[in-house]
Amino acid sequence: MNVLNFAHSFFSDSAHWHGYDGIPTRLVEHIEYSLEALLFAAVIGLPVGLVTGHYGRGGNALALIATAGRALPSFGLLVLMFIWIGFGLLPVMIPLVVLAVPPVLVTTYEAIRSVDPSPVDAARGMGMPEARVLFQVELPVALPLILSGLRTAAIQIVSTATIAAYVSLGGLGRYIIDGLYQKDYEKVVGGATLVAGLALATLVVFWAASRLTVSPGVRRTG
Amino acid sequence: MNGFFDLPSDLQHSWLGLVGLHVREGLLPVLAAVLVALPVAQLCVRFRWVYPPVLGITTVLYSVPSLACFVVLIDYFGQSEMTVMIPLAVYSLVVLVPGIVDGVRSVPPETLAAAQAMGFGPVRRYLQVQLPIAAPAIIAGLRVAVVSSLSLVSVGMLIGNQGALGNLLNDATTYHRPALAVNSVLTTAVLGILADALLVLVRRLLTPWMPRKGATR
Repeated sequence: MNVLNFAHSFFSDSAHWHGYDGIPTRLVEHIEYSLEALLFAAVIGLPVGLVTGHYGRGGNALALIATAGRALPSFGLLVLMFIWIGFGLLPVMIPLVVLAVPPVLVTTYEAIRSVDPSPVDAARGMGMPEARVLFQVELPVALPLILSGLRTAAIQIVSTATIAAYVSLGGLGRYIIDGLYQKDYEKVVGGATLVAGLALATLVVFWAASRLTVSPGVRRTG
Repeated sequence: MNGFFDLPSDLQHSWLGLVGLHVREGLLPVLAAVLVALPVAQLCVRFRWVYPPVLGITTVLYSVPSLACFVVLIDYFGQSEMTVMIPLAVYSLVVLVPGIVDGVRSVPPETLAAAQAMGFGPVRRYLQVQLPIAAPAIIAGLRVAVVSSLSLVSVGMLIGNQGALGNLLNDATTYHRPALAVNSVLTTAVLGILADALLVLVRRLLTPWMPRKGATR
């Protein structure tokens, strides 16, 4: 009776590998929800973080919003949205986005704020317009930190997207919730292992992304 | 909001009772995590090679969904508060350790040398020099840990009504009273924000040398 045995018997059962409730289907669903939520969070968090960071204003307001976002319980929000809106992807997306926006927003703001002011001033002195200062000087330098904020958000989304199963959607949470009700711990452990694996894969993706996008000069000092 | 605070009797608690339960289930794990994180972080500072593997392990632990943790722990602790609190303590630990390590590492070597020259032993140096200087970083970590811990307690609802305020969510769907769900979400959020504000206040009291404006996070 230990976790490894459970995981082994879950993954060696071929019934778990195909069909509507098979691992590939659930994995794809989970990735779909996670990517959508991360995309929404990035679309909301990145521009606001970049602009406020660039002008150095509104930091306190951002901190307040971030605290409020973190304080809202994802699971409670999910149930509430489900009651109000009904079945669908929207009640799942709202809590996930609320969960993911604070890390993206706060890290982006801090990252842009903490860029060394001397190259920024030099860029201004050379006559660069503000938009180019932001995108060609501040953004590349701040990129490693911004990516780490996105990474935190992505990992939280991947591990929280399991609650989607509670409102009868799919994803890897299906195994955990179904396993809980069926007292089938193999399923629970299998689902948890898959989610942890997916989170690790997310770490690897972000590591690769930072190798590809962060300029070597910045990487050396960071 | 008629009946906002009238809770169904199956909860066995008044609204304030649930709040108390929620605070206990949310904060005790953070306290436990602090007690573990301080020595662990100290090890990481003392022996640099310990830090990367510790970070790796904690990141993996962080990625395990809380719900899965709860369910697996039922096997060992039954449907009890322990089952809810252990994963919360682990998550808090993950947030706290890097904060403490970075904080303690950021103490300038000149300051440490000065303390040593003044005749501070290692214990006094740790308690009176390193920890106070690291306090802002530690409290920044604590704020995240406390707020997320309080908001995760609700998930405990799924394992036999151990979710304190989260239990209202189940009743909201069972009795078709959405107000109960609103109550649950709002109360949890307000608790988190209050705890966060309290920690900001504590930081101000502990670090009177820090500038009042700006450095909020």
